[in-house]
Amino acid sequence: MKIDFTQLTQFLQRFKAKPYKIYPIFTPHTGKIIEFKVKEGDEVKGPSGKWLEKPGTPLFVLEREKNPKLIRAHYDGLAQNVRIELLNRFVEAGELVLEIRHPLTQDEIISEILLNALLVIRAPETARYILSSELGKRLEKEGLGKVIVKEGDELLIMTFMKRETPIFLKEKGQYIIYQIYFKPFELVQAGEPLLGLCPVEDLPHLEKIIQRIKDEWSL
Amino acid sequence: MLIELHKKLKDLLELAVYIKDIKGEDFSSIGNLYENLLEFYHNFYEIPPERISSLINDYEATLKKILLKAEETLNPYEIVKITRHPQRFTLLDILENVYDSYMELGGDGELNIDPAIICAKALISRRVGDEVYFHQVMVIGHEKGHGEEFRRGGSAAPWGNEKALRYMKMAETEGIPIHFYIFTPGAYPIEDYPGAAQQIARNLFYMSKLSVPTISFISEGGSGGAEAIGLTDLRLMAEKGYYSVISPEGAAAIEAKLKDGRPPRELVEKMAKALKLTAKDNLQLGTIDRIIPEPPLGARRKDYDFFKRLKYEMIKATDEVVLQTRSLKMFRKYALSKQTPENFSYFVNWELSEDEKEILIENRYKKYREMTRWAILEPKGFFKSIAQKGAQLGQSIAYEVKYRVLKSSHKTFKKFWEDLASESSLLLKPVSDPIKTVYNLIVGKKVRTKIRMPGEIESESDFYVSPLALQDKTVTCPQAEKYGCPDLWVPDLYGEFCGVCPNCGYHFPLEYHWYINNLFDKGSVKTFNDEISSGNPLNFEGYAEKLKKAREETGLNSALLSFEAKIGGISIVAVMLVADFRQGTVGVAEGEKFIRAIELAKISRRPFIALVHTTGGIRIHEGTMGVVQMPRCTMAVRDYVDSGGLYIVIYDNNSYAGPVASFLGSAPYQFALKSTRLGFAGPRVIFETTGQPVPPDYHSVENALKRGHIQGIWDRRELRKKLFFALLTMGGPNLYYR
Repeated sequence: MKIDFTQLTQFLQRFKAKPYKIYPIFTPHTGKIIEFKVKEGDEVKGPSGKWLEKPGTPLFVLEREKNPKLIRAHYDGLAQNVRIELLNRFVEAGELVLEIRHPLTQDEIISEILLNALLVIRAPETARYILSSELGKRLEKEGLGKVIVKEGDELLIMTFMKRETPIFLKEKGQYIIYQIYFKPFELVQAGEPLLGLCPVEDLPHLEKIIQRIKDEWSL
Repeated sequence: MLIELHKKLKDLLELAVYIKDIKGEDFSSIGNLYENLLEFYHNFYEIPPERISSLINDYEATLKKILLKAEETLNPYEIVKITRHPQRFTLLDILENVYDSYMELGGDGELNIDPAIICAKALISRRVGDEVYFHQVMVIGHEKGHGEEFRRGGSAAPWGNEKALRYMKMAETEGIPIHFYIFTPGAYPIEDYPGAAQQIARNLFYMSKLSVPTISFISEGGSGGAEAIGLTDLRLMAEKGYYSVISPEGAAAIEAKLKDGRPPRELVEKMAKALKLTAKDNLQLGTIDRIIPEPPLGARRKDYDFFKRLKYEMIKATDEVVLQTRSLKMFRKYALSKQTPENFSYFVNWELSEDEKEILIENRYKKYREMTRWAILEPKGFFKSIAQKGAQLGQSIAYEVKYRVLKSSHKTFKKFWEDLASESSLLLKPVSDPIKTVYNLIVGKKVRTKIRMPGEIESESDFYVSPLALQDKTVTCPQAEKYGCPDLWVPDLYGEFCGVCPNCGYHFPLEYHWYINNLFDKGSVKTFNDEISSGNPLNFEGYAEKLKKAREETGLNSALLSFEAKIGGISIVAVMLVADFRQGTVGVAEGEKFIRAIELAKISRRPFIALVHTTGGIRIHEGTMGVVQMPRCTMAVRDYVDSGGLYIVIYDNNSYAGPVASFLGSAPYQFALKSTRLGFAGPRVIFETTGQPVPPDYHSVENALKRGHIQGIWDRRELRKKLFFALLTMGGPNLYYR
């Protein structure tokens, strides 16, 4: 596998044009919107606090059968496209009410880019994962971004209810361990990323791109 | 010479600082004496030595005058400040000066299980004539430290109280008296194992039958933390000490309904006065037995005369407790004899015989049973009270005959026969069976009784439906976002679903009538002692109106309902703390009703169930009168459990503080309904004490279960069935009595 750098550049350009992500907010069920709590361009906040115990900013109130339900924001950002014309109107479930424009930070963009560019090893099952002992030792000694692995190497051990299954690298070629997404022995949901691998020959190019993002996005 | 004077000057300076700290900015008499003293102190070596002595004497005389003046105008809040001052004597000072030698157990200094609690084995001596006698005692108490932050100002952590309990047991094994010293602003309110509330409850439960003489001395008695080592035979209190249900700051924050921030000083001072927390007030209320006098503005760490007095009082108190178990005559003779701190006229051996231990525990029970009884508001009629007493006596005799005389002789016979039959069954069977049949015929027992198996209970046919259900609307489950629960139609929710979200199992609060009507067999609930009513023993300002309002709104006289009922035919005695009446807080009336109910359960040998609709703790408006309900009720619980009763507690909604840390928390079987919040102190108090915010699920039942506080989580929809099942399985075929 090789990194498709033309696609990556396109990706970057898109981010540059729109350095944010848009989260649409839909109605969860039918009902009447009886109040808007935000105006166009208002700043909204998602749940906060150490345990996310402080709820997000109220967005609007949807009423069905005398039960006014407060819909709150789940992301930080700005409210936009607030459809004020829906006020006091009956709406179906899944109707778009407003959007939250979430500005992306440098780190978020880099991680987005990396997830697209790297060969990502994802969790095959919901289980706990640890690095294979050899890889763990090498990483400790040489550090991230230096260790080279090849096809057939044992990368990870999946452990679930004391049953251990090794995970091997199946792709051809030589790769560098570029990113680790999990913490040892923490429960990882199926499909979540575990490792990000970069082909050895592409490493200088990728690092150049990352550096460019860092320079250009001084947000 | 000069060095001595310098030292004396330093002491005077300390005293000036002390007076300033205690009396605050408004105390004008001290003027700029402190500044002058400080200047004198700094220029000490520049002043001609011959003048120094007279100057110091002048300052000393003025300070003495000021001290007396300060004492005259001492108010309750200043007393609170005295107990917290770093110059006040601490337990280590007492150990140094009152006891002849001591050995700290469980670590000393920072290297400790819990530096806020000190346990030590100590020797205390007394002189009788020319002889000096030594007594071994266990000393347990809080150590505030002179400004040592790691001691948390004497706030005992749960494991600190656990350590105290361990050494109480050790003293019991060794048969030596225990001296408790209470210097705590309150327990450290964290729920880490063994849990603040749980450990206090365990301590109280154990202390109620500790078979050695116990004396406590209170300097700073902060509510539950004080109670954890405060259930004793004799309670002494320092003249400048305070003993209260809550710190005046806490009371002010509640009274001002503050969410955060500091309450105003005037309100704090007002609360300190209203809470009746001084030694004199407490003596009047009957929550303590004796006051130990202190020098003006309180004893400090170098007041050796005070320690001498304290030593004498501690020995005398222990003597009295011991002698009361021996004979009244000896006790009287002792009390009348002339004892002086230097020379006692008697030596009293503090070791108790088995019989004396029984009397000791009996005396303790009586003492706490009588405490605060004067404040009970109950309509009294001469004939009624006589009739009531007669009925009680009759009941007690009838049950005694039924259960003790008949049943025990029956049991003995049965056991004897079973032993005999099993040993020689082959040989004797032809002979034994006819005799057994004849015996059964006489006793009237059926040869084969059908043992009812659990699970046969039917739910009542005409189901009580909460008036909350009479609304045509829907509500959202609070956990909808997490579990995606659909909206609930109110008539369904409060009707068929018993107020439980069918998707995630969240329990919506229900009014207490729901439990009374749906848990027990129809028509079997008979309340008693309804007329006992909450009063205002402290004359707390504004409280009488609040009580009146609560009475009008609920139609109840107190927050505790006591009733007899049947569940699936099993007769029980139950109490219920009701949220509607002052948030289910406990005061004198509630405590008394609880004790009477559990005594009835004991006499009539029935299981006892405590339902907690909600409890907010001890009612602060009743001050220490409320606090002593903790040991009082726990003693009744211990008495009931020891005599073989089955005591089950079921928590619902919110259960916090005092009651959970005593008569509820000491139950061997505790269950909670889902969505209950359970703990010692609420999140705000924890944050203010520890500076650490707690996670939102800190007090959840799931966590309470993990900490071992409760034995299981129940579902409201199956509550009747579960309760019936519990009575049958845990009670066994004999139901509950051994």
